[in-house]
Amino acid sequence: MSVEQAYNNHFRPEDPPRSSEVWTWFFMRLSGLALVFLVLGHMAIMHVIGGGVDRVDFDFVASRWNGALWRTYDWLLLVLALAHGALGARTAIHDHLHRKGLNRFATTALYLIVAFMAAVGTFVILTFDVSRFT
Amino acid sequence: MCWYIERLMASPIETSAYKRTLYRGGSGMWSWILHRGSGLAVLGFLFLHVLDTSLVMFGPKAYNTMARIYESALFRPLEVVLMFLVIYHAFNGLRVILIDFWSRGVRYENLLNRAVMGITLILFVPSAFIMLR
Repeated sequence: MSVEQAYNNHFRPEDPPRSSEVWTWFFMRLSGLALVFLVLGHMAIMHVIGGGVDRVDFDFVASRWNGALWRTYDWLLLVLALAHGALGARTAIHDHLHRKGLNRFATTALYLIVAFMAAVGTFVILTFDVSRFT
Repeated sequence: MCWYIERLMASPIETSAYKRTLYRGGSGMWSWILHRGSGLAVLGFLFLHVLDTSLVMFGPKAYNTMARIYESALFRPLEVVLMFLVIYHAFNGLRVILIDFWSRGVRYENLLNRAVMGITLILFVPSAFIMLR
Protein backbone atom coordinates (compact mmCIF):
# COMPACT_ATOMS: atom_id res chain seq x y z
CA MET A 1 0.00 0.00 0.00
CA SER A 2 1.43 3.38 -0.99
CA VAL A 3 1.59 6.27 1.43
CA GLU A 4 -0.97 8.25 -0.57
CA GLN A 5 -3.32 5.26 -0.64
CA ALA A 6 -3.11 4.69 3.10
CA TYR A 7 -3.73 8.37 3.70
CA ASN A 8 -6.71 8.44 1.33
CA ASN A 9 -8.35 5.53 3.14
CA HIS A 10 -8.99 7.95 5.98
CA PHE A 11 -9.78 11.13 4.13
CA ARG A 12 -12.07 11.99 1.27
CA PRO A 13 -10.43 10.67 -1.88
CA GLU A 14 -12.44 13.14 -3.99
CA ASP A 15 -10.70 15.95 -2.13
CA PRO A 16 -7.01 15.26 -2.68
CA PRO A 17 -4.82 16.71 0.07
CA ARG A 18 -1.73 18.79 -0.49
CA SER A 19 1.25 16.50 -0.81
CA SER A 20 2.97 18.24 2.12
CA GLU A 21 0.05 17.13 4.30
CA VAL A 22 0.44 13.53 3.13
CA TRP A 23 4.11 13.59 4.06
CA THR A 24 3.39 15.24 7.39
CA TRP A 25 0.90 12.48 8.09
CA PHE A 26 3.45 9.84 7.05
CA PHE A 27 6.19 11.45 9.13
CA MET A 28 3.95 11.15 12.21
CA ARG A 29 3.79 7.37 11.68
CA LEU A 30 7.50 7.02 10.91
CA SER A 31 8.74 9.18 13.80
CA GLY A 32 6.13 7.59 16.07
CA LEU A 33 7.48 4.15 15.29
CA ALA A 34 11.04 5.24 16.05
CA LEU A 35 9.92 7.02 19.22
CA VAL A 36 8.23 3.88 20.56
CA PHE A 37 11.71 2.38 20.93
CA LEU A 38 13.59 5.58 21.82
CA VAL A 39 11.11 6.83 24.44
CA LEU A 40 10.33 3.48 26.05
CA GLY A 41 14.07 2.75 26.14
CA HIS A 42 14.69 6.12 27.78
CA MET A 43 11.87 5.61 30.31
CA ALA A 44 13.07 2.10 31.15
CA ILE A 45 16.67 3.20 31.72
CA MET A 46 15.84 6.38 33.64
CA HIS A 47 12.83 5.28 35.67
CA VAL A 48 12.73 1.50 36.05
CA ILE A 49 16.03 -0.30 35.58
CA GLY A 50 19.01 0.11 37.94
CA GLY A 51 17.43 2.26 40.64
CA GLY A 52 15.27 4.65 38.62
CA VAL A 53 15.40 8.43 39.05
CA ASP A 54 16.92 8.13 42.54
CA ARG A 55 20.35 7.56 41.02
CA VAL A 56 20.00 10.20 38.33
CA ASP A 57 22.15 13.17 39.33
CA PHE A 58 24.83 15.40 37.83
CA ASP A 59 27.51 12.66 37.93
CA PHE A 60 25.14 10.21 36.28
CA VAL A 61 24.45 12.60 33.39
CA ALA A 62 28.15 13.50 33.12
CA SER A 63 29.25 9.86 32.81
CA ARG A 64 26.38 9.10 30.42
CA TRP A 65 27.39 11.95 28.16
CA ASN A 66 31.04 10.92 28.32
CA GLY A 67 30.90 9.42 24.82
CA ALA A 68 29.06 10.10 21.60
CA LEU A 69 26.63 7.16 21.84
CA TRP A 70 24.20 8.50 24.47
CA ARG A 71 24.56 12.05 23.26
CA THR A 72 23.44 10.84 19.83
CA TYR A 73 20.60 8.80 21.36
CA ASP A 74 19.42 11.75 23.45
CA TRP A 75 19.68 14.21 20.56
CA LEU A 76 17.69 11.92 18.25
CA LEU A 77 15.11 11.51 21.00
CA LEU A 78 14.97 15.28 21.50
CA VAL A 79 14.56 16.16 17.83
CA LEU A 80 12.11 13.41 16.92
CA ALA A 81 9.98 13.98 20.03
CA LEU A 82 9.85 17.74 19.43
CA ALA A 83 8.98 17.31 15.74
CA HIS A 84 6.37 14.62 16.47
CA GLY A 85 4.93 16.67 19.33
CA ALA A 86 4.87 19.88 17.31
CA LEU A 87 3.00 18.27 14.41
CA GLY A 88 0.60 16.53 16.81
CA ALA A 89 -0.14 19.78 18.63
CA ARG A 90 -0.56 21.48 15.26
CA THR A 91 -3.30 18.97 14.41
CA ALA A 92 -4.94 19.58 17.79
CA ILE A 93 -4.86 23.36 17.18
CA HIS A 94 -6.35 22.82 13.73
CA ASP A 95 -9.14 20.68 15.21
CA HIS A 96 -10.06 22.78 18.21
CA LEU A 97 -9.15 26.42 17.58
CA HIS A 98 -11.37 27.63 14.77
CA ARG A 99 -11.06 31.39 15.22
CA LYS A 100 -8.50 32.46 12.66
CA GLY A 101 -6.55 34.87 14.85
CA LEU A 102 -6.40 32.48 17.78
CA ASN A 103 -5.42 29.61 15.50
CA ARG A 104 -2.57 31.60 13.99
CA PHE A 105 -1.40 32.85 17.37
CA ALA A 106 -1.34 29.34 18.86
CA THR A 107 0.46 27.85 15.85
CA THR A 108 3.09 30.61 15.86
CA ALA A 109 3.61 30.28 19.62
CA LEU A 110 3.93 26.50 19.26
CA TYR A 111 6.57 26.73 16.54
CA LEU A 112 8.53 29.38 18.45
CA ILE A 113 8.56 27.31 21.65
CA VAL A 114 9.54 24.14 19.79
CA ALA A 115 12.34 25.95 17.91
CA PHE A 116 13.59 27.39 21.20
CA MET A 117 13.52 23.95 22.88
CA ALA A 118 15.34 22.35 19.94
CA ALA A 119 18.02 25.06 20.06
CA VAL A 120 18.52 24.85 23.84
CA GLY A 121 18.54 21.05 23.87
CA THR A 122 20.95 20.80 20.93
CA PHE A 123 23.27 23.37 22.49
CA VAL A 124 23.33 21.51 25.83
CA ILE A 125 23.92 18.07 24.30
CA LEU A 126 26.65 19.36 21.96
CA THR A 127 28.55 21.63 24.33
CA PHE A 128 28.23 20.05 27.79
CA ASP A 129 31.76 19.65 29.15
CA VAL A 130 32.19 18.08 32.58
CA SER A 131 35.80 19.30 32.91
CA ARG A 132 34.42 22.79 33.57
CA PHE A 133 33.17 21.56 36.94
CA THR A 134 35.98 19.31 38.19
CA MET B 1 -15.48 15.94 29.10
CA CYS B 2 -19.03 14.69 28.39
CA TRP B 3 -20.20 17.81 26.55
CA TYR B 4 -17.23 17.37 24.31
CA ILE B 5 -18.05 13.77 23.36
CA GLU B 6 -21.69 14.67 22.77
CA ARG B 7 -20.71 17.50 20.49
CA LEU B 8 -18.40 15.27 18.50
CA MET B 9 -20.99 12.51 18.18
CA ALA B 10 -23.66 14.98 17.08
CA SER B 11 -21.33 16.54 14.55
CA PRO B 12 -23.04 17.33 11.24
CA ILE B 13 -19.91 16.45 9.30
CA GLU B 14 -21.10 13.66 7.03
CA THR B 15 -18.27 13.28 4.61
CA SER B 16 -15.27 13.03 6.88
CA ALA B 17 -13.35 10.00 8.01
CA TYR B 18 -15.15 10.37 11.29
CA LYS B 19 -18.50 9.34 9.88
CA ARG B 20 -17.20 6.71 7.50
CA THR B 21 -15.00 4.66 9.76
CA LEU B 22 -13.52 5.01 13.16
CA TYR B 23 -14.25 7.93 15.32
CA ARG B 24 -17.91 7.70 16.37
CA GLY B 25 -18.17 7.11 20.07
CA GLY B 26 -17.31 3.85 21.76
CA SER B 27 -13.77 2.63 22.23
CA GLY B 28 -12.51 4.46 19.14
CA MET B 29 -13.65 7.79 20.53
CA TRP B 30 -12.16 7.16 23.93
CA SER B 31 -8.83 6.05 22.52
CA TRP B 32 -8.81 9.14 20.31
CA ILE B 33 -9.33 11.43 23.33
CA LEU B 34 -6.74 9.56 25.40
CA HIS B 35 -4.25 9.68 22.54
CA ARG B 36 -4.63 13.41 22.05
CA GLY B 37 -4.66 14.20 25.76
CA SER B 38 -1.62 12.04 26.50
CA GLY B 39 0.26 13.45 23.52
CA LEU B 40 -0.31 17.06 24.58
CA ALA B 41 0.52 16.29 28.22
CA VAL B 42 3.76 14.52 27.29
CA LEU B 43 4.70 17.41 24.95
CA GLY B 44 4.17 19.81 27.86
CA PHE B 45 6.46 17.74 30.04
CA LEU B 46 9.02 17.52 27.22
CA PHE B 47 9.29 21.34 27.22
CA LEU B 48 9.84 21.31 30.99
CA HIS B 49 12.29 18.42 30.68
CA VAL B 50 14.50 20.24 28.13
CA LEU B 51 14.76 23.16 30.56
CA ASP B 52 15.43 21.06 33.66
CA THR B 53 18.09 18.97 31.90
CA SER B 54 19.80 22.14 30.66
CA LEU B 55 20.54 22.94 34.33
CA VAL B 56 23.42 20.50 33.85
CA MET B 57 25.24 23.43 32.21
CA PHE B 58 25.19 25.30 35.53
CA GLY B 59 27.00 22.59 37.45
CA PRO B 60 26.30 19.85 40.01
CA LYS B 61 24.62 22.09 42.58
CA ALA B 62 21.95 23.44 40.24
CA TYR B 63 21.26 20.09 38.60
CA ASN B 64 21.11 18.07 41.82
CA THR B 65 18.77 20.56 43.49
CA MET B 66 16.36 20.10 40.59
CA ALA B 67 16.78 16.29 40.63
CA ARG B 68 15.95 16.18 44.35
CA ILE B 69 12.73 18.10 43.76
CA TYR B 70 11.72 15.56 41.08
CA GLU B 71 12.49 12.70 43.48
CA SER B 72 10.30 14.19 46.22
CA ALA B 73 6.98 12.68 47.28
CA LEU B 74 5.17 15.50 45.50
CA PHE B 75 6.46 14.52 42.05
CA ARG B 76 6.43 10.72 42.42
CA PRO B 77 2.77 10.35 41.44
CA LEU B 78 3.38 12.57 38.42
CA GLU B 79 6.26 10.33 37.35
CA VAL B 80 3.86 7.37 37.48
CA VAL B 81 1.22 9.27 35.50
CA LEU B 82 3.83 10.21 32.90
CA MET B 83 4.84 6.56 32.57
CA PHE B 84 1.22 5.55 31.95
CA LEU B 85 0.63 8.28 29.38
CA VAL B 86 3.83 7.45 27.49
CA ILE B 87 3.19 3.70 27.37
CA TYR B 88 -0.44 4.19 26.35
CA HIS B 89 0.45 6.73 23.66
CA ALA B 90 3.19 4.47 22.28
CA PHE B 91 1.02 1.38 21.90
CA ASN B 92 -2.08 3.24 20.80
CA GLY B 93 0.14 4.88 18.18
CA LEU B 94 1.16 1.43 16.96
CA ARG B 95 -2.56 0.59 16.74
CA VAL B 96 -3.12 3.69 14.61
CA ILE B 97 -0.28 2.63 12.31
CA LEU B 98 -1.77 -0.88 12.02
CA ILE B 99 -5.21 0.51 11.17
CA ASP B 100 -3.70 2.84 8.56
CA PHE B 101 -1.39 0.38 6.83
CA TRP B 102 -2.84 -3.06 7.43
CA SER B 103 -5.85 -3.72 5.20
CA ARG B 104 -7.63 -5.69 7.93
CA GLY B 105 -6.74 -3.25 10.70
CA VAL B 106 -10.16 -1.60 10.79
CA ARG B 107 -11.93 -4.96 11.13
CA TYR B 108 -9.94 -5.76 14.27
CA GLU B 109 -10.24 -2.26 15.68
CA ASN B 110 -11.93 -3.32 18.91
CA LEU B 111 -9.60 -6.23 19.49
CA LEU B 112 -6.62 -3.94 18.88
CA ASN B 113 -8.04 -1.44 21.36
CA ARG B 114 -8.26 -4.07 24.05
CA ALA B 115 -4.78 -5.32 23.19
CA VAL B 116 -3.43 -1.78 23.60
CA MET B 117 -5.04 -1.48 27.04
CA GLY B 118 -3.78 -4.94 27.98
CA ILE B 119 -0.18 -4.30 26.92
CA THR B 120 -0.26 -0.86 28.55
CA LEU B 121 -1.34 -2.33 31.87
CA ILE B 122 1.11 -5.26 31.66
CA LEU B 123 4.01 -2.83 31.22
CA PHE B 124 2.66 -0.04 33.42
CA VAL B 125 1.74 -1.92 36.62
CA PRO B 126 5.17 -3.48 37.28
CA SER B 127 7.02 -0.27 36.36
CA ALA B 128 4.73 1.77 38.62
CA PHE B 129 5.42 -0.74 41.39
CA ILE B 130 9.18 -0.37 40.90
CA MET B 131 9.00 3.45 40.73
CA LEU B 132 6.92 3.72 43.93
CA ARG B 133 9.04 1.26 45.91
